[in-house]
Amino acid sequence: MDRNQAHRNRRRMLKGLHFVGLFLVMSIICIPGLWIILNSFRPTVEIMAKPPVWNPSFTLDHYRAMFGGAGQGGVPVFSYLWNSIVISVTSTGIAVLIGMSGGYAFARYKFSGKSGYFVGLMLFRAVPGVALSLPLFIVFAKVGIIDTHFGLILVYVAMNVPFTIWLTDGFFRQIPKELHEAAEIDGCTRWQAFWKVEFPVARSGVASAAIFAFLTSWNEFALASQLTRSVGSKTMPVGLLDFTAEFTINWGGMCALAVLMILPALILTFIVQKHLIAGLTFGGVKG
Amino acid sequence: MRRRIPEWFVLLMPAFIVIAAVVLIPLIFSLYSSFTPYKLTRPSTLWTWIGERNYERILTDWKFWAAFGRTILFLTIALNLELIFGLGIALMVNKVTWGQRTLRTVLMFPMMFSPILVGFQFKFIFNDNVGLVNNVLQSLGSDAALPWLVDGKLAMFSILFAEIWMSTSVFAILILAGLFAMPRDPLEAAKVDGCTPWQSFRHITLPFLMPFIYIAMTIRSLDVARAYDIVQIMTGGGPARRTELLWTLMSRTGYVDAKMGLANAMGYVSILLSIAFTIYFFRKLSAARAELGMGA
Repeated sequence: MDRNQAHRNRRRMLKGLHFVGLFLVMSIICIPGLWIILNSFRPTVEIMAKPPVWNPSFTLDHYRAMFGGAGQGGVPVFSYLWNSIVISVTSTGIAVLIGMSGGYAFARYKFSGKSGYFVGLMLFRAVPGVALSLPLFIVFAKVGIIDTHFGLILVYVAMNVPFTIWLTDGFFRQIPKELHEAAEIDGCTRWQAFWKVEFPVARSGVASAAIFAFLTSWNEFALASQLTRSVGSKTMPVGLLDFTAEFTINWGGMCALAVLMILPALILTFIVQKHLIAGLTFGGVKG
Repeated sequence: MRRRIPEWFVLLMPAFIVIAAVVLIPLIFSLYSSFTPYKLTRPSTLWTWIGERNYERILTDWKFWAAFGRTILFLTIALNLELIFGLGIALMVNKVTWGQRTLRTVLMFPMMFSPILVGFQFKFIFNDNVGLVNNVLQSLGSDAALPWLVDGKLAMFSILFAEIWMSTSVFAILILAGLFAMPRDPLEAAKVDGCTPWQSFRHITLPFLMPFIYIAMTIRSLDVARAYDIVQIMTGGGPARRTELLWTLMSRTGYVDAKMGLANAMGYVSILLSIAFTIYFFRKLSAARAELGMGA
Protein backbone atom coordinates (compact mmCIF):
# COMPACT_ATOMS: atom_id res chain seq x y z
CA MET A 1 0.00 0.00 0.00
CA ASP A 2 2.70 2.40 1.07
CA ARG A 3 4.87 1.51 -1.89
CA ASN A 4 1.95 1.95 -4.19
CA GLN A 5 1.34 5.41 -2.83
CA ALA A 6 4.98 6.38 -3.18
CA HIS A 7 5.04 5.14 -6.73
CA ARG A 8 1.92 7.09 -7.56
CA ASN A 9 3.35 10.24 -6.04
CA ARG A 10 6.50 9.91 -8.04
CA ARG A 11 4.55 9.50 -11.22
CA ARG A 12 2.45 12.54 -10.45
CA MET A 13 5.58 14.56 -9.78
CA LEU A 14 7.18 13.47 -13.03
CA LYS A 15 4.03 14.42 -14.88
CA GLY A 16 4.03 17.82 -13.23
CA LEU A 17 7.70 18.35 -14.11
CA HIS A 18 7.02 17.33 -17.68
CA PHE A 19 4.20 19.84 -17.92
CA VAL A 20 6.20 22.65 -16.36
CA GLY A 21 9.16 21.93 -18.62
CA LEU A 22 7.06 21.99 -21.75
CA PHE A 23 5.32 25.15 -20.64
CA LEU A 24 8.65 26.88 -20.04
CA VAL A 25 10.07 25.83 -23.39
CA MET A 26 7.00 26.90 -25.30
CA SER A 27 6.94 30.27 -23.55
CA ILE A 28 10.57 30.90 -24.37
CA ILE A 29 9.84 30.07 -28.00
CA CYS A 30 6.70 32.16 -28.23
CA ILE A 31 7.27 35.21 -26.06
CA PRO A 32 9.91 37.00 -28.19
CA GLY A 33 7.74 36.85 -31.30
CA LEU A 34 4.60 37.83 -29.44
CA TRP A 35 6.46 40.71 -27.80
CA ILE A 36 7.36 42.06 -31.23
CA ILE A 37 3.79 41.75 -32.48
CA LEU A 38 2.42 43.37 -29.33
CA ASN A 39 4.82 46.28 -29.56
CA SER A 40 4.00 46.96 -33.17
CA PHE A 41 0.57 48.00 -31.90
CA ARG A 42 1.78 50.18 -29.01
CA PRO A 43 2.43 53.91 -29.23
CA THR A 44 6.08 54.88 -29.03
CA VAL A 45 5.54 56.84 -25.82
CA GLU A 46 4.37 53.70 -24.12
CA ILE A 47 7.25 51.57 -25.43
CA MET A 48 9.73 54.09 -24.05
CA ALA A 49 7.86 54.65 -20.79
CA LYS A 50 9.80 54.46 -17.53
CA PRO A 51 8.64 52.75 -15.33
CA PRO A 52 7.29 50.22 -17.83
CA VAL A 53 3.59 50.18 -18.62
CA TRP A 54 2.19 46.67 -18.45
CA ASN A 55 -1.36 47.04 -19.73
CA PRO A 56 -0.89 47.89 -23.38
CA SER A 57 -3.00 50.33 -25.32
CA PHE A 58 -3.71 49.81 -28.98
CA THR A 59 -2.74 51.94 -31.94
CA LEU A 60 -2.19 51.40 -35.65
CA ASP A 61 0.15 54.38 -35.92
CA HIS A 62 3.21 52.33 -36.82
CA TYR A 63 1.42 50.54 -39.62
CA ARG A 64 -0.10 53.78 -40.84
CA ALA A 65 3.32 55.39 -40.88
CA MET A 66 4.84 52.37 -42.59
CA PHE A 67 2.30 52.17 -45.39
CA GLY A 68 1.90 55.93 -45.63
CA GLY A 69 5.21 56.09 -47.45
CA ALA A 70 7.06 59.04 -46.01
CA GLY A 71 6.10 58.44 -42.40
CA GLN A 72 8.61 58.45 -39.60
CA GLY A 73 11.94 58.43 -41.33
CA GLY A 74 10.17 57.77 -44.62
CA VAL A 75 11.15 54.17 -45.07
CA PRO A 76 9.80 53.03 -48.46
CA VAL A 77 8.38 49.77 -47.21
CA PHE A 78 6.38 49.03 -50.33
CA SER A 79 9.46 49.07 -52.54
CA TYR A 80 11.28 46.78 -50.13
CA LEU A 81 8.36 44.41 -50.00
CA TRP A 82 8.13 44.38 -53.78
CA ASN A 83 11.87 43.79 -54.17
CA SER A 84 11.76 40.97 -51.65
CA ILE A 85 8.84 39.30 -53.41
CA VAL A 86 10.33 39.59 -56.90
CA ILE A 87 13.76 38.39 -55.86
CA SER A 88 12.61 35.54 -53.62
CA VAL A 89 9.96 34.17 -55.95
CA THR A 90 12.10 34.32 -59.09
CA SER A 91 15.18 32.87 -57.49
CA THR A 92 13.15 30.10 -55.84
CA GLY A 93 11.58 29.15 -59.15
CA ILE A 94 14.89 28.98 -60.98
CA ALA A 95 16.69 27.26 -58.12
CA VAL A 96 14.03 24.57 -57.89
CA LEU A 97 14.20 23.85 -61.63
CA ILE A 98 17.99 23.64 -61.65
CA GLY A 99 18.11 21.76 -58.36
CA MET A 100 15.48 19.31 -59.47
CA SER A 101 17.38 18.40 -62.60
CA GLY A 102 20.54 17.99 -60.53
CA GLY A 103 18.77 15.96 -57.86
CA TYR A 104 17.33 13.72 -60.56
CA ALA A 105 20.78 13.15 -62.00
CA PHE A 106 22.11 12.11 -58.60
CA ALA A 107 19.17 9.86 -57.85
CA ARG A 108 18.83 8.08 -61.19
CA TYR A 109 22.22 7.88 -62.89
CA LYS A 110 25.35 6.03 -61.94
CA PHE A 111 28.61 7.78 -62.62
CA SER A 112 32.06 7.73 -61.16
CA GLY A 113 32.87 10.21 -58.41
CA LYS A 114 29.22 10.73 -57.58
CA SER A 115 29.57 11.20 -53.84
CA GLY A 116 32.54 13.45 -54.48
CA TYR A 117 30.47 15.74 -56.67
CA PHE A 118 27.71 15.67 -54.10
CA VAL A 119 29.83 16.70 -51.14
CA GLY A 120 31.58 19.23 -53.36
CA LEU A 121 28.27 20.89 -54.16
CA MET A 122 27.35 20.99 -50.49
CA LEU A 123 30.63 22.65 -49.63
CA PHE A 124 29.73 25.55 -51.89
CA ARG A 125 26.64 26.03 -49.79
CA ALA A 126 28.82 26.17 -46.69
CA VAL A 127 30.80 29.19 -47.85
CA PRO A 128 29.81 31.96 -45.42
CA GLY A 129 27.78 34.73 -46.99
CA VAL A 130 30.05 37.43 -45.62
CA ALA A 131 33.17 35.83 -47.04
CA LEU A 132 31.47 35.50 -50.41
CA SER A 133 30.12 39.01 -50.35
CA LEU A 134 33.59 40.56 -50.44
CA PRO A 135 34.65 39.26 -53.87
CA LEU A 136 31.08 39.27 -55.20
CA PHE A 137 30.85 42.94 -54.38
CA ILE A 138 33.89 43.67 -56.52
CA VAL A 139 32.95 41.32 -59.35
CA PHE A 140 29.37 42.56 -59.51
CA ALA A 141 30.51 46.15 -59.48
CA LYS A 142 32.81 45.42 -62.44
CA VAL A 143 30.09 43.61 -64.38
CA GLY A 144 27.60 46.32 -63.46
CA ILE A 145 24.92 44.19 -61.86
CA ILE A 146 25.39 45.50 -58.38
CA ASP A 147 22.24 47.00 -56.92
CA THR A 148 19.97 45.19 -59.37
CA HIS A 149 17.32 42.52 -58.94
CA PHE A 150 19.14 40.34 -61.43
CA GLY A 151 22.35 40.24 -59.42
CA LEU A 152 20.67 39.22 -56.21
CA ILE A 153 18.51 36.63 -57.96
CA LEU A 154 21.63 35.08 -59.45
CA VAL A 155 23.28 34.89 -56.04
CA TYR A 156 20.26 33.31 -54.37
CA VAL A 157 19.88 30.74 -57.12
CA ALA A 158 23.47 29.65 -56.59
CA MET A 159 22.96 29.61 -52.83
CA ASN A 160 19.84 27.48 -52.98
CA VAL A 161 20.77 24.97 -55.67
CA PRO A 162 22.91 22.66 -53.48
CA PHE A 163 20.34 22.24 -50.76
CA THR A 164 17.56 21.76 -53.31
CA ILE A 165 19.63 19.03 -54.92
CA TRP A 166 20.06 17.36 -51.56
CA LEU A 167 16.33 17.35 -50.80
CA THR A 168 15.04 16.39 -54.25
CA ASP A 169 17.67 13.67 -54.58
CA GLY A 170 16.26 12.02 -51.45
CA PHE A 171 12.75 12.20 -52.81
CA PHE A 172 13.48 10.89 -56.27
CA ARG A 173 15.30 8.00 -54.69
CA GLN A 174 12.11 7.01 -52.90
CA ILE A 175 10.37 6.46 -56.21
CA PRO A 176 10.86 2.97 -57.58
CA LYS A 177 12.74 2.83 -60.88
CA GLU A 178 10.05 0.54 -62.30
CA LEU A 179 7.65 3.47 -62.45
CA HIS A 180 9.41 5.35 -65.19
CA GLU A 181 10.53 2.16 -66.90
CA ALA A 182 6.90 1.11 -67.20
CA ALA A 183 6.02 4.52 -68.58
CA GLU A 184 8.80 4.26 -71.13
CA ILE A 185 7.64 0.82 -72.23
CA ASP A 186 4.21 2.31 -72.72
CA GLY A 187 5.71 4.74 -75.19
CA CYS A 188 6.68 7.77 -73.14
CA THR A 189 9.99 9.47 -73.75
CA ARG A 190 12.17 9.85 -70.71
CA TRP A 191 11.17 13.49 -70.54
CA GLN A 192 7.46 12.69 -70.62
CA ALA A 193 7.91 9.90 -68.12
CA PHE A 194 9.53 12.34 -65.75
CA TRP A 195 6.85 15.02 -65.94
CA LYS A 196 3.85 12.69 -66.10
CA VAL A 197 4.89 9.97 -63.68
CA GLU A 198 7.83 10.81 -61.44
CA PHE A 199 7.28 14.51 -60.87
CA PRO A 200 3.73 14.14 -59.51
CA VAL A 201 4.95 11.52 -57.04
CA ALA A 202 7.82 13.67 -55.83
CA ARG A 203 5.76 16.84 -55.72
CA SER A 204 5.68 17.15 -51.95
CA GLY A 205 9.45 16.88 -51.82
CA VAL A 206 9.81 19.57 -54.45
CA ALA A 207 7.39 21.72 -52.48
CA SER A 208 9.45 21.44 -49.33
CA ALA A 209 12.62 22.23 -51.25
CA ALA A 210 10.89 25.28 -52.67
CA ILE A 211 9.87 26.48 -49.22
CA PHE A 212 13.41 26.19 -47.95
CA ALA A 213 14.73 28.05 -50.95
CA PHE A 214 12.12 30.74 -50.51
CA LEU A 215 12.83 31.16 -46.80
CA THR A 216 16.56 31.38 -47.45
CA SER A 217 16.14 34.13 -50.05
CA TRP A 218 13.46 35.94 -48.10
CA ASN A 219 15.55 36.03 -44.93
CA GLU A 220 19.07 36.48 -46.30
CA PHE A 221 20.96 39.49 -45.03
CA ALA A 222 24.74 39.18 -45.23
CA LEU A 223 24.92 39.26 -49.03
CA ALA A 224 21.92 41.49 -49.65
CA SER A 225 23.25 44.18 -47.34
CA GLN A 226 26.38 44.56 -49.50
CA LEU A 227 25.00 43.91 -52.96
CA THR A 228 22.08 46.32 -52.73
CA ARG A 229 22.38 50.02 -52.22
CA SER A 230 19.22 51.83 -53.29
CA VAL A 231 15.46 51.70 -52.83
CA GLY A 232 15.27 49.97 -56.21
CA SER A 233 16.77 46.72 -54.98
CA LYS A 234 16.99 46.65 -51.19
CA THR A 235 15.15 43.73 -49.66
CA MET A 236 13.25 43.79 -46.39
CA PRO A 237 15.97 42.37 -44.13
CA VAL A 238 18.22 45.19 -45.31
CA GLY A 239 15.37 47.68 -44.98
CA LEU A 240 14.99 46.74 -41.34
CA LEU A 241 18.23 48.58 -40.65
CA ASP A 242 16.73 51.81 -42.01
CA PHE A 243 14.94 52.21 -38.71
CA THR A 244 18.14 52.40 -36.73
CA ALA A 245 19.96 55.68 -36.52
CA GLU A 246 23.20 56.18 -34.63
CA PHE A 247 21.65 56.43 -31.18
CA THR A 248 17.90 56.28 -31.65
CA ILE A 249 15.92 53.34 -32.85
CA ASN A 250 12.33 53.52 -33.96
CA TRP A 251 11.28 50.37 -32.11
CA GLY A 252 7.61 50.51 -33.01
CA GLY A 253 8.26 51.00 -36.71
CA MET A 254 10.81 48.22 -36.73
CA CYS A 255 8.36 45.90 -35.04
CA ALA A 256 5.73 46.69 -37.67
CA LEU A 257 8.15 45.90 -40.48
CA ALA A 258 9.22 42.74 -38.67
CA VAL A 259 5.62 41.60 -38.54
CA LEU A 260 5.23 42.31 -42.24
CA MET A 261 8.38 40.30 -42.90
CA ILE A 262 7.42 37.27 -40.88
CA LEU A 263 3.81 37.00 -42.07
CA PRO A 264 4.39 35.54 -45.56
CA ALA A 265 6.95 33.08 -44.22
CA LEU A 266 4.57 32.05 -41.46
CA ILE A 267 1.60 31.50 -43.76
CA LEU A 268 3.66 29.58 -46.27
CA THR A 269 5.17 27.34 -43.66
CA PHE A 270 1.82 26.54 -42.10
CA ILE A 271 0.45 25.46 -45.44
CA VAL A 272 3.22 22.98 -46.15
CA GLN A 273 4.58 22.14 -42.71
CA LYS A 274 3.91 18.42 -43.10
CA HIS A 275 5.99 18.22 -46.26
CA LEU A 276 8.68 20.29 -44.64
CA ILE A 277 9.51 17.74 -41.97
CA ALA A 278 9.17 14.84 -44.38
CA GLY A 279 11.46 16.63 -46.79
CA LEU A 280 14.20 17.18 -44.25
CA THR A 281 14.22 13.66 -42.91
CA PHE A 282 13.80 11.74 -46.18
CA GLY A 283 16.39 13.83 -47.90
CA GLY A 284 18.87 13.23 -45.14
CA VAL A 285 18.36 9.77 -43.73
CA LYS A 286 17.61 7.75 -46.79
CA GLY A 287 19.73 9.86 -49.11
CA MET B 1 20.31 9.28 -78.88
CA ARG B 2 23.72 10.91 -78.81
CA ARG B 3 26.16 9.15 -76.57
CA ARG B 4 28.88 11.74 -76.46
CA ILE B 5 27.74 13.74 -73.45
CA PRO B 6 26.22 11.61 -70.73
CA GLU B 7 22.74 12.60 -69.63
CA TRP B 8 23.63 13.05 -65.99
CA PHE B 9 26.16 15.63 -66.99
CA VAL B 10 23.61 17.58 -69.02
CA LEU B 11 21.23 17.50 -66.07
CA LEU B 12 23.88 18.74 -63.66
CA MET B 13 25.20 21.33 -66.08
CA PRO B 14 22.95 24.25 -65.05
CA ALA B 15 23.83 23.72 -61.40
CA PHE B 16 27.56 23.64 -62.19
CA ILE B 17 27.35 26.76 -64.35
CA VAL B 18 25.46 28.86 -61.80
CA ILE B 19 27.66 27.81 -58.94
CA ALA B 20 30.81 28.35 -60.95
CA ALA B 21 29.69 31.82 -62.00
CA VAL B 22 28.49 33.04 -58.64
CA VAL B 23 30.62 31.16 -56.13
CA LEU B 24 33.67 29.60 -57.73
CA ILE B 25 34.91 32.51 -59.86
CA PRO B 26 34.52 35.09 -57.07
CA LEU B 27 36.29 32.71 -54.73
CA ILE B 28 39.20 32.32 -57.12
CA PHE B 29 39.33 36.07 -57.48
CA SER B 30 39.30 36.51 -53.73
CA LEU B 31 42.03 33.91 -53.35
CA TYR B 32 44.15 35.92 -55.76
CA SER B 33 43.36 39.22 -54.09
CA SER B 34 44.22 37.79 -50.70
CA PHE B 35 47.81 37.80 -51.97
CA THR B 36 47.66 41.50 -52.86
CA PRO B 37 47.40 44.63 -50.73
CA TYR B 38 44.11 45.40 -52.54
CA LYS B 39 42.26 48.41 -51.20
CA LEU B 40 38.86 49.44 -52.51
CA THR B 41 39.93 53.06 -52.51
CA ARG B 42 43.03 52.38 -54.63
CA PRO B 43 42.17 49.93 -57.42
CA SER B 44 45.70 49.81 -58.80
CA THR B 45 46.84 47.96 -55.68
CA LEU B 46 45.12 44.89 -57.08
CA TRP B 47 48.10 44.24 -59.35
CA THR B 48 50.79 44.24 -56.68
CA TRP B 49 51.73 40.78 -55.58
CA ILE B 50 52.82 40.60 -51.98
CA GLY B 51 52.77 36.85 -51.49
CA GLU B 52 51.54 35.51 -48.23
CA ARG B 53 52.11 38.75 -46.30
CA ASN B 54 48.36 39.19 -45.63
CA TYR B 55 48.23 35.77 -44.08
CA GLU B 56 51.32 36.48 -42.04
CA ARG B 57 49.71 39.64 -40.85
CA ILE B 58 46.51 38.04 -39.67
CA LEU B 59 48.29 35.08 -38.16
CA THR B 60 50.36 37.38 -35.99
CA ASP B 61 47.49 39.67 -35.13
CA TRP B 62 46.05 39.04 -31.69
CA LYS B 63 42.76 40.71 -32.70
CA PHE B 64 42.29 38.07 -35.33
CA TRP B 65 43.15 35.24 -32.97
CA ALA B 66 40.83 36.64 -30.33
CA ALA B 67 37.99 36.71 -32.85
CA PHE B 68 38.91 33.27 -34.13
CA GLY B 69 39.01 31.72 -30.68
CA ARG B 70 35.79 33.44 -29.75
CA THR B 71 34.12 32.09 -32.88
CA ILE B 72 35.20 28.53 -32.12
CA LEU B 73 34.09 28.85 -28.52
CA PHE B 74 30.81 30.40 -29.62
CA LEU B 75 30.10 27.60 -32.10
CA THR B 76 31.06 24.88 -29.65
CA ILE B 77 28.82 26.19 -26.90
CA ALA B 78 25.96 27.00 -29.26
CA LEU B 79 25.97 23.68 -31.12
CA ASN B 80 26.24 21.60 -27.96
CA LEU B 81 23.50 23.45 -26.13
CA GLU B 82 21.28 23.38 -29.20
CA LEU B 83 21.72 19.63 -29.41
CA ILE B 84 20.99 19.07 -25.73
CA PHE B 85 17.98 21.38 -25.67
CA GLY B 86 16.71 19.99 -28.95
CA LEU B 87 16.98 16.45 -27.64
CA GLY B 88 15.23 17.40 -24.41
CA ILE B 89 12.43 19.22 -26.18
CA ALA B 90 11.91 16.39 -28.65
CA LEU B 91 11.70 13.83 -25.84
CA MET B 92 9.22 15.99 -23.97
CA VAL B 93 7.02 16.63 -26.98
CA ASN B 94 7.15 12.96 -27.89
CA LYS B 95 5.66 12.08 -24.49
CA VAL B 96 2.72 14.42 -24.96
CA THR B 97 -0.47 12.64 -25.88
CA TRP B 98 -2.74 15.59 -26.54
CA GLY B 99 -2.12 18.59 -28.78
CA GLN B 100 1.15 17.27 -30.14
CA ARG B 101 0.60 18.74 -33.59
CA THR B 102 0.14 22.20 -32.18
CA LEU B 103 3.32 21.89 -30.17
CA ARG B 104 5.19 20.78 -33.24
CA THR B 105 3.91 23.74 -35.20
CA VAL B 106 4.99 26.08 -32.44
CA LEU B 107 8.42 24.44 -32.50
CA MET B 108 8.82 25.41 -36.14
CA PHE B 109 8.23 29.04 -35.30
CA PRO B 110 11.87 30.14 -34.90
CA MET B 111 12.86 28.40 -38.13
CA MET B 112 10.90 30.93 -40.14
CA PHE B 113 12.55 33.93 -38.55
CA SER B 114 15.21 35.68 -40.52
CA PRO B 115 18.48 35.76 -38.57
CA ILE B 116 18.48 39.50 -38.86
CA LEU B 117 14.99 39.53 -37.39
CA VAL B 118 16.08 37.31 -34.52
CA GLY B 119 18.94 39.69 -33.86
CA PHE B 120 16.66 42.70 -33.87
CA GLN B 121 14.10 40.96 -31.70
CA PHE B 122 16.64 40.18 -29.02
CA LYS B 123 18.28 43.54 -29.36
CA PHE B 124 14.90 44.92 -28.38
CA ILE B 125 14.26 42.41 -25.62
CA PHE B 126 17.70 42.81 -24.08
CA ASN B 127 17.78 46.58 -24.50
CA ASP B 128 18.94 48.08 -21.23
CA ASN B 129 16.43 50.89 -21.34
CA VAL B 130 13.20 49.67 -22.88
CA GLY B 131 13.79 45.93 -23.17
CA LEU B 132 11.45 43.27 -21.87
CA VAL B 133 14.02 41.58 -19.64
CA ASN B 134 14.98 44.71 -17.78
CA ASN B 135 11.38 45.86 -17.55
CA VAL B 136 10.44 42.60 -15.90
CA LEU B 137 13.44 42.75 -13.57
CA GLN B 138 12.58 46.29 -12.56
CA SER B 139 8.93 45.52 -12.00
CA LEU B 140 10.01 42.66 -9.79
CA GLY B 141 11.90 45.11 -7.63
CA SER B 142 15.52 45.12 -8.75
CA ASP B 143 16.48 48.70 -9.42
CA ALA B 144 19.66 48.22 -11.38
CA ALA B 145 19.23 48.16 -15.16
CA LEU B 146 21.46 45.35 -16.36
CA PRO B 147 23.52 46.51 -19.36
CA TRP B 148 22.78 43.39 -21.41
CA LEU B 149 24.30 44.51 -24.69
CA VAL B 150 26.83 46.95 -23.30
CA ASP B 151 28.79 44.72 -20.98
CA GLY B 152 31.08 42.29 -22.81
CA LYS B 153 30.11 39.10 -21.01
CA LEU B 154 26.40 39.85 -20.87
CA ALA B 155 26.44 40.77 -24.56
CA MET B 156 28.02 37.45 -25.42
CA PHE B 157 25.38 35.72 -23.36
CA SER B 158 22.61 37.63 -25.13
CA ILE B 159 23.99 36.72 -28.53
CA LEU B 160 24.30 33.08 -27.55
CA PHE B 161 20.75 33.14 -26.29
CA ALA B 162 19.52 34.54 -29.59
CA GLU B 163 21.53 32.01 -31.59
CA ILE B 164 20.26 29.11 -29.52
CA TRP B 165 16.69 30.38 -29.66
CA MET B 166 16.90 30.46 -33.43
CA SER B 167 18.52 27.11 -34.12
CA THR B 168 17.36 24.71 -31.41
CA SER B 169 14.14 24.03 -33.26
CA VAL B 170 16.00 22.49 -36.20
CA PHE B 171 17.42 19.90 -33.82
CA ALA B 172 14.14 19.42 -31.97
CA ILE B 173 12.13 18.87 -35.14
CA LEU B 174 14.54 16.45 -36.74
CA ILE B 175 15.04 14.46 -33.55
CA LEU B 176 11.29 14.36 -33.09
CA ALA B 177 10.92 12.98 -36.60
CA GLY B 178 13.46 10.33 -35.62
CA LEU B 179 11.47 9.45 -32.50
CA PHE B 180 8.32 9.05 -34.60
CA ALA B 181 10.09 6.74 -36.99
CA MET B 182 11.47 4.56 -34.20
CA PRO B 183 10.18 0.98 -33.93
CA ARG B 184 8.46 0.21 -30.61
CA ASP B 185 9.47 -3.45 -30.22
CA PRO B 186 13.06 -3.07 -28.98
CA LEU B 187 11.95 -0.62 -26.30
CA GLU B 188 9.25 -2.97 -25.07
CA ALA B 189 11.60 -5.90 -25.11
CA ALA B 190 14.08 -3.89 -23.05
CA LYS B 191 11.36 -3.05 -20.55
CA VAL B 192 10.44 -6.70 -20.21
CA ASP B 193 14.09 -7.58 -19.70
CA GLY B 194 14.24 -5.08 -16.85
CA CYS B 195 16.17 -2.15 -18.31
CA THR B 196 15.90 1.11 -16.46
CA PRO B 197 14.51 4.03 -18.50
CA TRP B 198 18.01 5.51 -18.63
CA GLN B 199 19.52 2.27 -19.97
CA SER B 200 16.94 1.89 -22.69
CA PHE B 201 17.42 5.54 -23.65
CA ARG B 202 21.19 5.25 -23.71
CA HIS B 203 21.44 1.95 -25.58
CA ILE B 204 18.35 1.88 -27.80
CA THR B 205 16.86 5.32 -28.37
CA LEU B 206 20.06 7.30 -28.69
CA PRO B 207 21.83 5.08 -31.23
CA PHE B 208 18.69 5.11 -33.35
CA LEU B 209 18.52 8.89 -33.19
CA MET B 210 22.17 9.39 -34.12
CA PRO B 211 21.64 9.77 -37.90
CA PHE B 212 18.92 12.31 -37.26
CA ILE B 213 21.20 14.23 -34.94
CA TYR B 214 23.91 14.26 -37.58
CA ILE B 215 21.49 15.46 -40.26
CA ALA B 216 20.57 18.32 -38.00
CA MET B 217 24.26 19.01 -37.34
CA THR B 218 25.05 18.92 -41.06
CA ILE B 219 22.21 21.25 -41.94
CA ARG B 220 23.32 23.54 -39.14
CA SER B 221 26.95 23.44 -40.14
CA LEU B 222 26.04 24.60 -43.64
CA ASP B 223 24.79 27.74 -42.04
CA VAL B 224 27.05 28.48 -39.09
CA ALA B 225 27.86 31.90 -40.48
CA ARG B 226 24.27 32.97 -39.96
CA ALA B 227 25.44 34.14 -36.56
CA TYR B 228 26.98 37.06 -38.43
CA ASP B 229 23.56 38.61 -38.99
CA ILE B 230 22.69 38.33 -35.33
CA VAL B 231 25.91 39.80 -34.04
CA GLN B 232 25.95 42.52 -36.66
CA ILE B 233 22.58 43.90 -35.62
CA MET B 234 22.78 43.22 -31.89
CA THR B 235 26.18 44.64 -31.05
CA GLY B 236 28.07 45.14 -34.31
CA GLY B 237 30.98 43.32 -32.69
CA GLY B 238 31.18 45.80 -29.85
CA PRO B 239 31.47 46.81 -27.06
CA ALA B 240 35.17 47.35 -27.70
CA ARG B 241 35.38 44.16 -29.80
CA ARG B 242 34.19 41.99 -26.94
CA THR B 243 31.71 40.16 -29.17
CA GLU B 244 33.77 40.31 -32.35
CA LEU B 245 33.46 37.08 -34.29
CA LEU B 246 35.52 36.10 -37.29
CA TRP B 247 32.75 37.20 -39.64
CA THR B 248 32.17 40.66 -38.20
CA LEU B 249 35.91 41.28 -38.08
CA MET B 250 36.11 40.33 -41.73
CA SER B 251 33.29 42.58 -42.85
CA ARG B 252 34.70 45.46 -40.83
CA THR B 253 38.13 45.02 -42.40
CA GLY B 254 36.65 44.75 -45.88
CA TYR B 255 33.93 47.36 -45.95
CA VAL B 256 34.78 49.86 -43.25
CA ASP B 257 38.56 49.86 -43.57
CA ALA B 258 38.33 48.98 -47.30
CA LYS B 259 41.27 46.55 -46.98
CA MET B 260 39.84 43.95 -49.32
CA GLY B 261 42.99 41.89 -49.68
CA LEU B 262 43.36 41.44 -45.95
CA ALA B 263 39.66 40.78 -45.52
CA ASN B 264 39.74 38.14 -48.23
CA ALA B 265 42.57 36.39 -46.44
CA MET B 266 40.39 36.30 -43.35
CA GLY B 267 37.52 35.15 -45.53
CA TYR B 268 39.55 32.14 -46.54
CA VAL B 269 40.18 31.22 -42.95
CA SER B 270 36.45 31.40 -42.27
CA ILE B 271 35.64 29.36 -45.38
CA LEU B 272 38.05 26.66 -44.27
CA LEU B 273 36.42 26.69 -40.87
CA SER B 274 32.95 26.20 -42.35
CA ILE B 275 34.16 23.50 -44.69
CA ALA B 276 35.87 21.67 -41.85
CA PHE B 277 32.63 21.67 -39.87
CA THR B 278 30.60 20.46 -42.84
CA ILE B 279 32.96 17.67 -43.84
CA TYR B 280 33.21 16.49 -40.26
CA PHE B 281 29.46 16.14 -39.91
CA PHE B 282 29.01 14.64 -43.37
CA ARG B 283 31.48 11.94 -42.41
CA LYS B 284 29.67 11.30 -39.17
CA LEU B 285 26.37 11.19 -41.01
CA SER B 286 27.45 8.54 -43.48
CA ALA B 287 29.08 6.52 -40.72
CA ALA B 288 25.89 6.60 -38.66
CA ARG B 289 23.85 5.67 -41.74
CA ALA B 290 26.09 2.74 -42.54
CA GLU B 291 25.78 1.51 -38.98
CA LEU B 292 22.01 1.44 -39.23
CA GLY B 293 22.09 -0.12 -42.67
CA MET B 294 20.40 2.88 -44.21
CA GLY B 295 23.05 3.58 -46.80
CA ALA B 296 21.99 3.51 -50.42
